[in-house]
Amino acid sequence: MDAPVPQDPSATPRPTLSRRALVRTGGLIAGAALTPSLMRAVTRQADSASAPADPTRVPGAPSDSLGTRSAFETPRLTPVGVTSGSSWTPHHLLHGTITPADLHFQRHHNGIPVIDPTQHTLTIHGLVERPLEFTLEALRRFPSVTRTYFIECSGNGGRAWNNPRPDMSPQVVEGLTSNSEWTGVAMSTLLRAVGVKSSATWVVAEGSDAAVMARSVPMSKMLDDALVVYAQNGEALRPGNGYPIRLLLPGYEGNMCVKWLHRLEVVDQPLMSREETSKYTDPLPGGTARQFSFVMDVKSLITSPSYPGQLPEKGWHAVRGIAWSGRGRVTRVDVSTDGGRTWQEATLPNGALPLAHTRFEHLWQWDGRPARLLSRAVDETGAVQPTADEYRRVRGKAPGYHYSAIRAWDVAADGTVTFGGG
Amino acid sequence: MRRHMASWLLASSLLLAASCADAPRDAGAPSVDPTYGLGRTPQPERLAALDIDVDTTGHGLPVGSGTATEGATVFAAQCASCHGARGEGVAPVPPLVGRTPNVGYDFASADRAPRTIGNYWPYATTVFDYVRRAMPLNTPGSLTANETYAVVAWLLQQNDIIAADAVLDATTLPKVTMPARGIFVPDDRQNGGPTFR
Repeated sequence: MDAPVPQDPSATPRPTLSRRALVRTGGLIAGAALTPSLMRAVTRQADSASAPADPTRVPGAPSDSLGTRSAFETPRLTPVGVTSGSSWTPHHLLHGTITPADLHFQRHHNGIPVIDPTQHTLTIHGLVERPLEFTLEALRRFPSVTRTYFIECSGNGGRAWNNPRPDMSPQVVEGLTSNSEWTGVAMSTLLRAVGVKSSATWVVAEGSDAAVMARSVPMSKMLDDALVVYAQNGEALRPGNGYPIRLLLPGYEGNMCVKWLHRLEVVDQPLMSREETSKYTDPLPGGTARQFSFVMDVKSLITSPSYPGQLPEKGWHAVRGIAWSGRGRVTRVDVSTDGGRTWQEATLPNGALPLAHTRFEHLWQWDGRPARLLSRAVDETGAVQPTADEYRRVRGKAPGYHYSAIRAWDVAADGTVTFGGG
Repeated sequence: MRRHMASWLLASSLLLAASCADAPRDAGAPSVDPTYGLGRTPQPERLAALDIDVDTTGHGLPVGSGTATEGATVFAAQCASCHGARGEGVAPVPPLVGRTPNVGYDFASADRAPRTIGNYWPYATTVFDYVRRAMPLNTPGSLTANETYAVVAWLLQQNDIIAADAVLDATTLPKVTMPARGIFVPDDRQNGGPTFR
């Protein structure tokens, strides 16, 4: 586990409604035309978390040049670390399956570089017929591919496993996975352009950040479904997610989806970079260590109810969450509301895309007594998310990467919810 | 016969299409030019400057050499402020040096036992590759080839892998055998299935 953990994950400030601000704004605006001073007042109203008592009696804010969230909605990543750091996705504040681009998790090993897109190139060389370098403009001229995929840091979940605390939110427990619609060019198209020689078996992908991140990728994966992406959720990548281009290897650990991609070297053996030997390998009981453990295991996470939430009253509540697998589709998610004694199959209300976050939901009638909530995902290969005990038995008690066991959330009689470990 | 062949080809291409339905496919290049006329040949000097990686055979190692004795000076000046005077680590930076626990230790069953160059790194060339690409953290890529060889020699010597007077260069570095060379095993999880591995 490399990524430091956020210390105060749930610190999303709640907006407060100022009664005086409501009165002042409403009084000023009533019956007035849209004068400059009024527009300033309206802008102030939109910027601060206050609202008129009756929005039908007050002209709204003017058109703006960039959409922003309601002042009542303040989701934030939790950044930790300085030059080698990460930012974690607030899953408990999100809905559906797409992670907003500015809330997509980030992990970098020596800062987020500033890159001029007009100067950036992708060079492909090595065991090829025609070494070529492509500008961003050239990459965008190739036939494009748009797909929805999750990316998960393989260190995701490790901290909550190693040091669980009741006051951990889904953001701290599993905040290093996110899901986006990506647009780019198929790697197979680029590799055909350069003409791969028959002796080629691996491709070393390298970033142009200050860590000059380097990972070796099997040629089979590159030819199967790898992408070089330049867009995320319909717009250019964000700097923290690899602007202007990154490698995307669906279902593979996030570290391999090299950001700020600037070079691909086609080779006949893996580089054995630091990140694929001393890091991102998995010690196993008995003294060996698993290497090139690329695929992300099947997982699920209840995002609601969860810490720091509170159920307001007994009655019907939706137990919701996300599930995903690096091997394909999630086919089933089971939910337990009694600590694992009994399980019910949750619905997947929007179906399941392969290699993407899948939303699950289970309607639950809470009787007001303490309850323990669990979720367990199954993927299309039949892989089942293990219990913590099974995980420990098979992979040991101190994994650094690829932690995937079932998580628990404890609901108290007063409706407060805390992380129950796992 | 020809007809049979044609229907077999059709059937197998349909099968291929079905099995690959989820993967983004190569969109199909113009038959005469798979590059679509895009891209340019990189300038040799630009490619040489970009191509910094060093593989386990030593391919990519530059001209130059260094010893642990020389490396001690480089390490003290460039590395010790983060990694500690003896490479013992300064929290949260983990140690680089140490053979305890030794190779074969059950890291999976212990809490946070240090994984060092001496007990966990399988290839000496990796140390060179990493130092050259990413260190020192504040001025990555600033060490000369000789300084890099020297600091790698110091790290290997401090981990009791080579002698203090051993000269590392493009020939000798790939021949260094690392203690942890044999602990790595292939991934047996990738196909999934009901058995948790």
